[in-house]
Formats: sequence, C-alpha cells, structure tokens
Amino acid sequence: MIGSHTTIETYDVLSWRKEICARVGAGRRFAGLFATVDDPVVRLSALVTADCDIDVLDTTVPLEVSQYPSLASVLPSAAWYEREIHDTTGLVPVGHPRLDPLVLPLPGDARRPMPGSKTPAPSVDLDESTIPPRVLGHGIFTIPHGPVRSGVFESVEYLVETPGEDIPYVGIRVYAKHRGIEKRFEGLTTQEGVLLAERVEGVASVAHALAFSHAVEKLADITPPPRAQYWRVILAELERIANHLDVAMKCADAAGLAVAVARFGYHKENILRLVGAVTGSRFGRGIVVPGGLAREIAVEPGELATRLTEIIGHVRADVELLMSTSSFLDRLRTTGPLDPTLARVHGALGPVGRASGLDDDARWFRPYDGYAKLPPLPAPSSAVGDALARLQMRWAEIWNAAELIRRAADVLEEIRSEVLCTDVADCGGRAVGWAEAPQGEVLYAVECEDGRIRRCKPRSASFHNLVLFHDVFRGDIFTDFPFIEASFGLSIAGAAG
Amino acid sequence: MPWISRGARVVTTRWPRRADQYADRFPATVSPTSAFASPEMAEVCPTGAIRVDDDQVRVDRGRCILCGRCVRHFPRHFRFTPGSEIARLARDALVVPELDKTDGAVRAVRDELSARTRALRRSVHIRHIDVGSDGADEWEVLALLNPIYDVHRLGIFFTASPRHADILLVTGVGTRGMREPLARTLDALPRPCVVIAAGTDAISGGLVHPTYATHGGIADLVPVDVWVPGSPPTPFSLLHGILLAIGRMSS
Ligand code: SF4
Repeated sequence: MIGSHTTIETYDVLSWRKEICARVGAGRRFAGLFATVDDPVVRLSALVTADCDIDVLDTTVPLEVSQYPSLASVLPSAAWYEREIHDTTGLVPVGHPRLDPLVLPLPGDARRPMPGSKTPAPSVDLDESTIPPRVLGHGIFTIPHGPVRSGVFESVEYLVETPGEDIPYVGIRVYAKHRGIEKRFEGLTTQEGVLLAERVEGVASVAHALAFSHAVEKLADITPPPRAQYWRVILAELERIANHLDVAMKCADAAGLAVAVARFGYHKENILRLVGAVTGSRFGRGIVVPGGLAREIAVEPGELATRLTEIIGHVRADVELLMSTSSFLDRLRTTGPLDPTLARVHGALGPVGRASGLDDDARWFRPYDGYAKLPPLPAPSSAVGDALARLQMRWAEIWNAAELIRRAADVLEEIRSEVLCTDVADCGGRAVGWAEAPQGEVLYAVECEDGRIRRCKPRSASFHNLVLFHDVFRGDIFTDFPFIEASFGLSIAGAAG
Repeated sequence: MPWISRGARVVTTRWPRRADQYADRFPATVSPTSAFASPEMAEVCPTGAIRVDDDQVRVDRGRCILCGRCVRHFPRHFRFTPGSEIARLARDALVVPELDKTDGAVRAVRDELSARTRALRRSVHIRHIDVGSDGADEWEVLALLNPIYDVHRLGIFFTASPRHADILLVTGVGTRGMREPLARTLDALPRPCVVIAAGTDAISGGLVHPTYATHGGIADLVPVDVWVPGSPPTPFSLLHGILLAIGRMSS
C-alpha cells in the first residue's frame, strides 16, 4: 500500500552524493533527479526506492555558485538527469562525463526556464551549434535519422556514427520536440494538472494521470473509493494491452509482415474502441482525477470482461502464428541485447528491464489502488535481454492484464457503493506518486501550495530507458535499428518533456 | 506464411459512402445545449475554449480538449456530442454555435481549396510530420492504415517523401525546435498542396501551450487549410479532414 506521505531528507551536497551512492550500493534503485529553483538556491532532489516507497533526498546549491560535484561521475544512471538540469537551470555538475545539451540546446548566455521559479520563463531559441560533434577518427560517417522521420513517427533524431566497428555509437537527440511541459504545470490547480499529466506521454495517459493523482492524494491524505480503485486497474491494464499491441505491430512492420501488421493493428483498434466505450475517450482521458474518477463509467464491468475476453481470444490466435514464424523470430533473436548487469546498474524500467532479469514492477512492489488488494500477478522475468525477450515479456503482460481486468471486474460486481470520487481539499506540501505505465514506472514529484501546483516533475520510463539505446547496438545497425526501437516501445513525447 | 483467413473477420468500414455506427456515435466533440450563459462556465474550462459573450455561450472546438469539466459542472448546458464529421475549412468555423459571419467566408475558402485540389480527387499522398505531439496523435494517424479504416480503399496513401506528397498532415503543438524542420518539409512539397492541422494541439496549442518552448499551434508557422479538432483527433475525424481537403466531402 502506498505510504500516506513521502519521506524527504535534506543533506549538504557532499553527504547527499554519498548517501545516494550508499543506498544504491545497498541495492536500492536510483529513480530520478530533478531541480527546483527557489531563489536564491536551486534544490536538487534525488528519487531513490525504499521499502514499498520512493524517498526524496534533497540538497541545495546557491544560484550564485551554480555548480556542484556531479552525481553521474559516480552514478552513471544520473547522466541524462544532470544534462536535463543543466539545460533548464544552467547548473553545472562538475566532473560530468559528457555534459552536452539534451532537451534544450541553448547558447551559454541564454536565460533558462528555471523550473520552480516564480519568474515567467522567456521563450527560447534553440541553437544546435552548442552540441559538440562527436569525433571518433577516420572513416566516420553519420547518418541522421530525423528529426522528421520517414513514416508516421514522433520526431526524434538518431545520429548513427559508424566508424566501421562492431559497436556503433548512436547519438540521441530529443530536443526538437521538447515542449517545456513541466514548467506548464506551475500555477495550475491539481484538477487541471491531471489533464496536463495525460498529455505528457499521451499513449500512457492513464498511467500519468494515476501517478499524478497518487501524489496529490497523498498531499490531501485521502483514499479514492473502492469502485474508483478497481476501475483504475481496469483502465491502466487496457492501456497496457493497447501499448503492447502497438509494439507487436511495429515489430511486425520492421520485419515487413504486412498481414501481421494489419492483424495487430486491428486488435489494437478494438482495444481503443473498448476504452472509448468505457470512458468516452479512446485514450481513457478526462476520467482519472485526484480523488477517484471524474465521471460515471458507461459499461458494466461484466460486459467489459466479456468483450475483452473475445478480443484476447483473437489476439492469442495471431500471437501463436506470429511466434511460429521463424523468419520473424530470427530477426528478433540476439538483436539489441540489453545486458542484465547493465540493466540492473541503470535500473532499466518496465518490460525492457524485466526482459533483462529485473523484477521491479510498481504494481506489486509499491502497490496502489486495486493492485494493493488483488493477488499479485507478476509476469515472470527473463534474463535473455534481446528484442525477442522483450516481445515475449509483452505477451505475458497482455495475458496477465486480461486476467487482472477479469478479477477487478469480478470485485466490481460485488461493490454496492456508487461513489466514484472523494473530495480533495486544497492541499500543500510535497509528495511522490507513481504508477506502472506500459513503458515502465512513471513518477510524479508534485509540490503544491494552497491547492495550486508550485512544481511538478513527471519522470517517464521513456526518459529513463531511452539512454540505454547507446548500449544495445551490436550487429548491423541499419537492419537492427527498427527492431530495437520497436521492441523498446518508448514514447519520445515522454522522453523529451 | 499461414496468415490466411485467420481469426475474426475484419469488417472494413464503408464510410463515407455508407453510414458507420461508430463514426456517427463516437462523442468526438462538446457543444453547448442552450444559449444560457454565465461567467462561471468559462472558469471551469482549462483551455479557454468556452466563450461567454452577449448572453450566448460558445465552445471553440479548436481549443477544447474534451476534458468534460463543463459537462460535469453544467450538465444541462453542455454535452458530449456524437459524430465524427467535425473537421472544418476555417478556424472560425470550429466555434459552436457558429458565428454568423463565418458562412460566406467558409464558402470562399472552400471554392479556393476546391480549385487547388481538383487534380487530387482520385488519389492523394500524405506526408505526416510531428511538431510536438503527445504521441497519441500518431497512433490515431496510423490507425487510418489498419484494416478497419483501410484508407487505401479511398485512394489515400502515406508517403515518406515530401516530394511526392499532396497533403502535409501536422500533429502537435508546434515546438520552437520543430519550426524549421516544419518549414523545410513544407518547402519540399510540390505545389499545389494542402496543410491539415490535426488535433487541438496543432490548432491552438491546447492545454500544453503556452510554454517557453511552444508556439500556440501551427497556424503562425504554416498556412493551414483544414482544421481537425480532437485531443487526439479520432481516425474518423482525421479521415473527414482529409476528404474535406480534397473536396470529396463537405463540412
Ligand atoms: S470539455 Fe473541457 S476543454 Fe472542452 S469546453 Fe468543456 S471544459 Fe473546456
């Protein structure tokens, strides 16, 4: 069960770094890092797992000092977080292995957005010349993939620098679609904030709305009514099924299996229609709010379960076919292997981590809503770590999702109370909420004053996992790339912020 | 490959030639149900889509993200409205009830667009570009290719090359970082061409705008011909927008 409040501890900079490393050394997972500008200081907050919880470890750096000893220099998984903080605040982590711009390439003298600061952020003009080219030696050629992609994709640029070696380096540039969305939370009410959370990573709207709402519910010290809790499970699991079917479709597309693409596209459409029938939105938007659910559900739980069972039956038949297509399996097997040690050290999230030997899953390790009351149903993890293992993980998660929905629907049939939402009083303070999105754990660190958001940091699994792209290219990059990208199943919106 | 005649038979929609229940019933918009106007109505809307003036309340669908707050707080005055044919040829025409002045203006726009797209009636090629979506818009665009919508049956194709495209379909709020890639892509399209703003974010910036990194939609960046509301826009609404663009449907 989620604790009723978030533990926040404050350290001076040096002991802060030491404490984080000590906890990670003792088996905890480093889950994120963000900055809040609180003139005249910047507060750095690290998120670290605890027993059934996520703790916050704070330190402060005076703005006029504007530097601190890099955490990434001793904890590599902090590298992207420190680059992002540098982009948005100008703070310099001394000793960082490679402090290139990540989400916001700005000239050195530019005013930065300063998340948390009450001063409005001026519009930015990106300057790509601030990104140093990576030079590896003779024979390098770079092939830009983007940011405008061929096909219907989110915009992102992958710079493939292939020095004719076995292990090419893939540069990842997400800044073109950086929306500055976390700054947009500031000043909104929590009821507005949840709508924005749905748009941070639109394919995981429900998970983001849940993680945000969980943070606010902690601040307000309330628990949603049981009916809302079980419906939340159903909505989150439907979202998981849709996302995993999307991954299947894209893997099949990478292999040129047109019929399989059509089949999984068809199943995905049926799931989106089911979500639409239940909530009025094909992405389950506008329904999860702090306190519970915003509106009545349009479908009886029993009917929903019946309709889902039918769809899943068709999915199973097609999965059997796809997974007995040897040309397809050959393309995935050994492709894009994520080494289990690296996965653990980095704290790889979601199906990507679980296909490389990790078992963390917020639904069972830090359960929330109906998950806290249903018997745990974790998908068995695998230590193989290739694109095939990641796809197999998603099948297992689809079957489990369907089972969870059936169980939640059964419970719902027995719940007499009609109540769907608990009132949320104007609240203040800081809390961390989470949910297991299809991509992996989503965290929301929310700080409120009198019911308005002062600072909100969404941390998507896509942001945390995307950096692993650097380390999974082993074979022919051009043929493997689409399989690796598809099997990771990440969202650029969620990574670019 | 034993992928033949498997599983459930897919029924491809025949829309727009035949009615489609899903297209007709899906609640793709929100509308005021009476003229009754009070200032509190505007206050519940997170995006400023509700306008209260002259004792008449209006919803600007180009700003509406379908959050349902108006419906929840004023159930007698707002409702989700079924129907997918919600794309329009003029920004003002997204406001309901319609502003009087838009009628003639829309007709002029339609005639001009119709002349421009005369050559495209039979087959049309679309280039998609994301300029800051939340990722859901791309799912809905891609859905047009699934066997339920199967837009190839209508002679609609997606192309990787802007040089072969007749339509630029734009999703997303318009980030500052995508301004130039968008301009370059549009430049690469042959003329005549059509630009579709797909989704509330692309139309007005939705709830995401304003931030330091966004433009409020794409209208300040490229000339828009067709506006498709929705957060994200549904496949049927996107299809309506595309058919509207090439003069094969009316609004
Ligand atoms: S549904 Fe939401 S965004 Fe749309 S008009 Fe109503 S309150 Fe505004």
